[in-house]
Amino acid sequence: MGDLNKLGLAEARDKLRSRDLTSVDLTQACLDAIEGAGALNAFVHNTPELALEQARAADARIAMGDAPDMCGLPLGIKDLFCTKGVPSQAASGILKGFVPEYESTVTRNLFDAGAVMLGKLNMDEFAMGSSNETSVYGNAVNPWRRGNEDTALTPGGSSGGSAAAVAADLCLAATGTDTGGSIRQPAAFTGITGIKPTYGRCSRWGVVAFASSLDQAGPMTKNVRDAAIMLETMCSHDPMDSTSADIPVPNFEAMLTGDIRGKKIGIPREYHMDGMPAEIDALWAEGREMLKGAGAEIVDISLPHTKYALPAYYVIAPAEASSNLARYDGVRYGHRATLAQGDGITEMYEKTRAEGFGHEVQRRVMVGTYVLSAGFYDAYYNRARKVRALIKKDFEDVFAQGVDAILTPATPSAAFGLGEMSEADPVKMYLNDVFTVTVNLAGLPGIAVPAGLDKQGLPLGLQLIGRPWEEGDLLNTAYALEQAAGFVAKPAKWW
Amino acid sequence: MSIDKDTAARVAKLARIRVEEDALPALAQEFNTILGFIEQLNEVDVSGVEPMTSVTPMRLKRRQDVVTDGNQQDRILANAPDAREGFFAVPKVVE
Repeated sequence: MGDLNKLGLAEARDKLRSRDLTSVDLTQACLDAIEGAGALNAFVHNTPELALEQARAADARIAMGDAPDMCGLPLGIKDLFCTKGVPSQAASGILKGFVPEYESTVTRNLFDAGAVMLGKLNMDEFAMGSSNETSVYGNAVNPWRRGNEDTALTPGGSSGGSAAAVAADLCLAATGTDTGGSIRQPAAFTGITGIKPTYGRCSRWGVVAFASSLDQAGPMTKNVRDAAIMLETMCSHDPMDSTSADIPVPNFEAMLTGDIRGKKIGIPREYHMDGMPAEIDALWAEGREMLKGAGAEIVDISLPHTKYALPAYYVIAPAEASSNLARYDGVRYGHRATLAQGDGITEMYEKTRAEGFGHEVQRRVMVGTYVLSAGFYDAYYNRARKVRALIKKDFEDVFAQGVDAILTPATPSAAFGLGEMSEADPVKMYLNDVFTVTVNLAGLPGIAVPAGLDKQGLPLGLQLIGRPWEEGDLLNTAYALEQAAGFVAKPAKWW
Repeated sequence: MSIDKDTAARVAKLARIRVEEDALPALAQEFNTILGFIEQLNEVDVSGVEPMTSVTPMRLKRRQDVVTDGNQQDRILANAPDAREGFFAVPKVVE
């Protein structure tokens, strides 16, 4: 029974139900894989005892009959989720030692369904980054390499540990969160599937806040079917999150027919970027042909305010972050700086936050503070919120024309080398999210599906954007794309 | 709009983050790069557009104004860097 960790969720679920497999064996295979994958730095807090205890309970539940889909399936959990009794640091020094007294709603939903937690996963600090290089735990490393080179590549970010862990088969699937592309960009960089649902689908209760009007949790999985299964369990209406949607969660898996005949797929002309690698353009054109081949109608569309999405995001997200991160003051939890003789409370705040926050987080908190400060609020923050309204209207207009989904590249490049962007100005790193950030600003569901390899052998992804609350339809279109693309490549094991 | 060293220092103060004097010029430069990028928003005609308040149209739910939780002082204080006699402890606030 080797290689159990390489199974996907659906496959493992079926084997557990047919009693060809136990959750304890499956969990142990993942724990062994994690043990041997220190070089990837994906798992940062391991919980093997808890995992085996949950696995034994799941096996008992499966033996009783009616176990839910996720029962007995071992997962990695992004460090941004508060998990009761298990360190939850958002990859930040300022939350060092923080052990939550409560469980996030998303992880509670998963554990109530019988899922097993293997440990917490690396990420960019407070989910601020696109390369997992801002983590207090150090870089997570992409299991993929360029050809025969041994250059360490980024798994993307902010959910870099989640992406690396799923791609390297350290777990069957992982939770991620996405504020500007943090599920979809790392999924594309590592050849896996990742969906950000409609804003309000997954409760934000217990998920450490970055930018509350943009943050959404979602699954990162080995295929589209697995994404459908796990997303359904993660979603719920939650009175603890005032923006949680009180609408029924459908059986997403049952909607995967692969039949997309007659669906209208929009190709937005503004997503053709100057200087985009030819391979990305070619993959996008192939994706268009694949969906056409599956019976969809392809239409050219325009989303005229696309260019302004990133600048609007870099006002709104830092503004919300500066407010959300004000709570890290060295009083209630986490790190407190050692004070000098005579230091008062202001010195305590300033020293604690200077020591506890990394450079990128400090920069974004200060940019947010600036754009919200007296005299600039209208010029920056209110203007950005108006532009955000226009970006959302762009999407509403094309959906009103009958478009069912929108096809775009997931990222403007394949995974780059760790450290390669360190000399670049921060804006260059921000461009990683150019195709994904519009979706967060408009609150829509978006999914990244692996669709091909570049000439260096690195995975490339395509993104599909759906109508609000229609994740089921979106997943079905992604399923058709997945079947047509036939992406099966895996990274060669070097770790 | 260009940010100078003094503005950078003022923003750091507002954000309650200590920035050493010699780090201020580089910080100001980073702010200028980011704000230069954001300036593009001035190209957009936003006349008559309402600033977005909620990305999905929804009415906030209401509930009875009653206590739903409490009596867990120990758990609230469990993660505090310094807790004494049932309180969060901080350095002297007023002279």
